[in-house]
Amino acid sequence: MSMVDEPLYPIAVLIDELKNDDIQLRLNSIRKLSTIARALGEERTRKELIPFLSENNDDDDEVLLAMAEELGVFIPYVGGLEHAHVLLPPLETLCTVEETCVRDKAVESLCRIGSQMRETDLVDWFIPLVKRLAAGEWFTARVSACGLFHIAYPSAPEMLKTELRTIYSQLCQDDMPMVRRSASTNLGKFAATVEPSYLKTDVMQIFEDLTQDDQDSVRLLAVEGCAALGKLLEPQDCIAHILPVIVIFSQDKSWRVRYMVANQLYELCEAVGPEPTKTDLVPAYVRLLRDNEAEVRIAAAGKVTKFSRILSPELALQHILPCVKELSSDSSQHVRSALASVIMGMAPVLGKDATIEQLLPIFLSLLKDEFPDVRLNIISKLDQVNQVIGIDLLSQSLLPAIVELAEDRHWRVRLAIIEYIPLLASQLGVGFFDDKLGALCMQWLQDKVYSIREAAANNLKRLAEEFGPDWAMQHIIPQVLEMANNPHYLYRMTILGAISLLAPVMGLEITCSKLLPVVVTLAKDRVANIRFNVAKVLQSFIPIVEQSVMEKTVRPCLVELVEDPDVDVRFFSKQALDAIDQVMMTS
Amino acid sequence: MDGEGDVAMTPEGLEWKFSQVFGERAAGEEVQEVDIITAIEFDKTGDHLATGDRGGRVVLFERTDRIDEGVHRGVVEAMDCSSSQHPEFHYKTEFQSHEPEFDYLKSLEIEEKINKIRWCQTSNNAMFLLSTNDKTIKFWKVQEKKVKKMCNFNLDPPKSTINGFISSSNVPASSKTFVTNGGCIDNPLNFRSNSLPFRGITSLHLPTVTSHETSLLAKCRRTYAHAHDYHINSISNNSDGETFISADDLRINLWNLEISSQSFNIVDMKPANMEDLTEVITSAEFHPSHCNMLAYSSSKGSVRLIDLRQSALCDTHSKLFEEHEAPGSKSFFTDIISSISDIKFAKGGRYILSRDYMTLKMWDINMDSGPVATFQVHEHLRPKLCDLYENDAIFDKFECCLSGDGERVATGSYSHLFRVFGCSEGSTEATTLEATKNPTRRQVQTPPRFLRSPGNSSHGGLDDINGNGFDSTTKLLHLAWHPSENSIACAASNSLYMYYA
Repeated sequence: MSMVDEPLYPIAVLIDELKNDDIQLRLNSIRKLSTIARALGEERTRKELIPFLSENNDDDDEVLLAMAEELGVFIPYVGGLEHAHVLLPPLETLCTVEETCVRDKAVESLCRIGSQMRETDLVDWFIPLVKRLAAGEWFTARVSACGLFHIAYPSAPEMLKTELRTIYSQLCQDDMPMVRRSASTNLGKFAATVEPSYLKTDVMQIFEDLTQDDQDSVRLLAVEGCAALGKLLEPQDCIAHILPVIVIFSQDKSWRVRYMVANQLYELCEAVGPEPTKTDLVPAYVRLLRDNEAEVRIAAAGKVTKFSRILSPELALQHILPCVKELSSDSSQHVRSALASVIMGMAPVLGKDATIEQLLPIFLSLLKDEFPDVRLNIISKLDQVNQVIGIDLLSQSLLPAIVELAEDRHWRVRLAIIEYIPLLASQLGVGFFDDKLGALCMQWLQDKVYSIREAAANNLKRLAEEFGPDWAMQHIIPQVLEMANNPHYLYRMTILGAISLLAPVMGLEITCSKLLPVVVTLAKDRVANIRFNVAKVLQSFIPIVEQSVMEKTVRPCLVELVEDPDVDVRFFSKQALDAIDQVMMTS
Repeated sequence: MDGEGDVAMTPEGLEWKFSQVFGERAAGEEVQEVDIITAIEFDKTGDHLATGDRGGRVVLFERTDRIDEGVHRGVVEAMDCSSSQHPEFHYKTEFQSHEPEFDYLKSLEIEEKINKIRWCQTSNNAMFLLSTNDKTIKFWKVQEKKVKKMCNFNLDPPKSTINGFISSSNVPASSKTFVTNGGCIDNPLNFRSNSLPFRGITSLHLPTVTSHETSLLAKCRRTYAHAHDYHINSISNNSDGETFISADDLRINLWNLEISSQSFNIVDMKPANMEDLTEVITSAEFHPSHCNMLAYSSSKGSVRLIDLRQSALCDTHSKLFEEHEAPGSKSFFTDIISSISDIKFAKGGRYILSRDYMTLKMWDINMDSGPVATFQVHEHLRPKLCDLYENDAIFDKFECCLSGDGERVATGSYSHLFRVFGCSEGSTEATTLEATKNPTRRQVQTPPRFLRSPGNSSHGGLDDINGNGFDSTTKLLHLAWHPSENSIACAASNSLYMYYA
């Protein structure tokens, strides 16, 4: 008897807690629904657990969301595919709740179950469910229905298919904009399952209606449909039906619709092919680049490179480049910033001559932009332009920009530029770097902001990796070690951090001869924080230094620290000593 | 309850009759400050009415006369009223929407007073509404919830518990009568610490639900906060069902109902230098059907229509409606009394009604040269503007409303009076009603009225619309017209009066 009790007890708790007052406990039970189901067995899960869940669906959203998710993977617990349909009723009710994320999850789970169900079961159970939802009294049910058609449609017999298409087109004309938005969003998925003959007639009619909807929010979702539908249609149909819509959308009264076009235009070009792109979409794109609304220009500017790539260099030079020139002095800093983040990519498209002649002046003006983000965006993509024009031309204008950013008032800007230093170093080479940037890198170690000092230490490590230990020994280590005597303890701490980062890169010899003595000296620091950080650094040396050095230098130092008056110092040095002992034991 | 009111006969005008009153004041009863009604709003169907008050509470009323008798017979009978033609409402529920807060950074108290209520799309038999105080907008769901008695647990002795209610946040701390949302909260066994010896669990079973009583539960679904530096004066839903706007003195923000963490600024009137400030936003509303259009009014007496399609930041209006003062008529008060306190779109969205201190004006959005109609509300107060300025009454913000058919408009005044005007072509209808059980008594009989002027003697010589004594402390600011029938709900301090015609 007790043998049976033991495993049942925790399950009994879980089941009872499905209805506990504490939401955390309910949530926990729902998350372990599969455990409960396994204990109950397949048949009782079908006959008791699932109906129980279907009835008790007025719980908090978090619980419902978890339930919707769990049920999506519940097929094995109800007895496999032949019984999958028992999972539909609880999910159907979840499809009607008013919280969007619960509905979305329920639809996702239904799609997951539906895509595994047998064809006859789909017809018997799934399709009626879709129809019920689509005819739901409340808009929430109808919104959910739109996301299920692409699962239901393929298995439906001919009669039912016709009905489903009709229902979908009704949903696209629903009174509630929410339903039309959902229908618009899901149109691409549904269209992909519809036979080509109906695609051209029924689906295109639906699409056309959506593109003329008077709600902006519906029309702008139809823009996404353009790309999805375009990929399904034959090229000539695409040009006949989709292209005009795109061109109209690109001149829509609502900036939000034009914004969507600007964002999607690249995908749309792929859908219609190269020839119509040249004749129709390039003018549309140029219009968007010159749009009145800054948001639209931002979206369009961000696609300059992607768009140029699918054009010939001549077309790009002739149509796109003049706009790029205008945008580089746009009144909105966000437009310039978006342009700066992609403009580097145009260099390979235009080729060396055009880049030097046309693009370089734009780079340079953006590098001098008053807005730090713009400058940063240019610098972050420097490797791309370097490949085309070489560093010599750039370096003269680059350096002042870098120095200015390195001393920017906003620490986030300084942080960003530090993160690009290793990239710059690899592009500029050792020689250039030594002259100009070396001093800056050291200066950051004494920044007022901790994040900058931390990033500066990390930067040194990456530089050492880039240029090798010998170079670092000459250009980094002496300066760093010198700062170990800084009167301010926070700077000494930064140096300790830098040392622990540099040690693995510098290797055994330099660590023992140069770094270790400095660390040991700092063990006598009057600030406790420094001393326990010494213990931490020494622990990090364990994998690097030899055993003899360990015994001769590291251990005595730690033994001394273990007796420290400060509790934290004792803790960390004890921890380090234990780690050493462990290494000794295993070796 | 009905039939008490006298009949107001105006040419072609409506006969307004008293229908109902909620929270009527007994003679000599002091009005509690927190009970003063500060917002009234019908939902789209007109089957529900919400009021907000100074104490941060939202009270919901439900129409009973049209609802299926089978379900609500008990309620109707309990109210002891004969079935009638006009809308009858009964108290449904109330909840504490906002609490007083303190902004420690700015050292400012944030009142709990409800500034505006707006109904949202209903779904799944639940009601949704937005309520706002000066700073924070909240999205509420009010729903019948099953009170479930669970029993037959696996582990505990047969003991039942009520599940699923956390009522603390919603139970108002007032002395008014209300239906508690929760019922008894009886914490069930905590299994984690349960040391009961368990014996003989030989089989598992699911708990059973034994009771299906329902109770109304209001739950705050979302809180849209920290987006307004100034006091919020309006909120308005968009016809697209997914967005709404909130307007404060200088800015209008656009929200997605589902996203409470960010909003977009669409109008910003804040000058670079606050000393250059000449105009503030007083009210804003979305067009009833065009999702891209919204109108806002200003303290300078203008109504601006903007098109959200034009640009992301709509600082430039597409249309400006204002009436130019006749030259020479300008006085010290001109600017103050031209400030618009409320605007409302008519149902079709072609007309906008605006209320300034002296008048109601009807604007056609296709004609920006001037209003198509002007109704005098406070013209008789013109000689007394000086007194009204002295006691700040001149800054009172009267709301206005339109009937569902767009044939009539209404707005409030002092002495708990409100006026209804016919605005259809050629109509001369102009009725003055008093928010009492006998709305037309002032016109029929003009008894000398004893004025209660609590500790403030400055209103002595003022007369109201009908030439009676006038009391600027008994102002009727808030009123709402039923969306489809001739029925008006209006707030006279803490009482909600309803009239029909």
